Amino acid sequence: MSAGAIHLSLGWHDWLNLFAHYLMLSLMSLGGAISTTSEMHRFLIEQNGWLTQAQFNDSIALAQASPGPNVLFVALMGWQVGMNAGSTTLAFLGVAVTMFGIMLPSTIFTYQVAQWGHRNRELRAVRAFKQGMAPVVIAMLLSTAWILASAGGRGTAEWPLWVLSAVSCLVIWRTRVHLLWVLGAGALLGVLGVV
Amino acid sequence: MIPAPLPDRPRPASLPELFIAFTLLALQGFGGVLAVVQRELVERKRWLSQDEFIEDWAVAQIMPGPNVVNLAMMIGARYFGLPGAMTALAGLLAVPLVLVLLLATLHARFAGNPQVEGALRGLAAVSAGLIAAAGLKLSSALVRSPLPPAWCACIAVLGFVLVALLKVPLVWVLLGLGGLGCVLTYRKMKS
Repeated sequence: MSAGAIHLSLGWHDWLNLFAHYLMLSLMSLGGAISTTSEMHRFLIEQNGWLTQAQFNDSIALAQASPGPNVLFVALMGWQVGMNAGSTTLAFLGVAVTMFGIMLPSTIFTYQVAQWGHRNRELRAVRAFKQGMAPVVIAMLLSTAWILASAGGRGTAEWPLWVLSAVSCLVIWRTRVHLLWVLGAGALLGVLGVV
Repeated sequence: MIPAPLPDRPRPASLPELFIAFTLLALQGFGGVLAVVQRELVERKRWLSQDEFIEDWAVAQIMPGPNVVNLAMMIGARYFGLPGAMTALAGLLAVPLVLVLLLATLHARFAGNPQVEGALRGLAAVSAGLIAAAGLKLSSALVRSPLPPAWCACIAVLGFVLVALLKVPLVWVLLGLGGLGCVLTYRKMKS
């Protein structure tokens, strides 16, 4: 990442403030932590100046490029705040503060609600909720795919990427080939400059 | 409280197996893990049916927090209660967290490398295909919905237009269109 852009000295109340802010964001993160990025931007950059714009953008891009849940961009922001504060130790503290903050409230809440729903799964309202949501769930998967595919490029100039997306969709839909082969093929085509 | 899963269904035998399963899932997920969960847990391991997956995901999606994290917790809890939920969560996050931090420290050195950029582009395109494939597969579960297939199709298409093309915030689509789906299903169940 673009190192050394900011040099901070953070006191314990700053870390507490960061933690409290992420606790609050956690409960607002309907539809995933990514939906609260604009609020993170306001807090980290505009209000406190703890990150540069480039560091903020890099955190999101790197988490997308790395395997695993996208929520890890939060860890990278904490890491970068700690690095800006001067040491790798503080960077680990930043990761712990932001990750526990963003995970703790939503995890406790969701766990309780899901357990309640599972105990009451025969209730008509619970069954209606789960089955009634199904078409929207499918719409959201297809939308995510669409948004991800169109992020690669603008319009027809990037048609090889669209072809790659369409072909991998067909292969995965219709066959039982292991995902890692398809992912590997995609990466290889990218390295060779085909897409 | 550990609800008993169906006896004739494969299930994770131990917490370490659960941890490893979710670690492997997470490592295959570029740009999101959800579609990999469907592929691995429903189709390969058969811990969940299509219907269970889609129902659990509806809950995971509407709750605060990252949806795949919520889903992992719910699946873990089904087999081993709270320890299962925490194990699945740890599996999903621990190794990917180390990797993403490593990647961040390497980033500056390789940022401009065209091969690396190309590989990431290729991975992203395949992930898009993977997620679309998961959506297409799950649509087979709609056949068992109390709603007529035409209604399901209308809701799904409208949802796609709102989220993908018109960029309406997800929360409103979930509450509005999802709520409509739930009310219609509730009414159909009565008759």
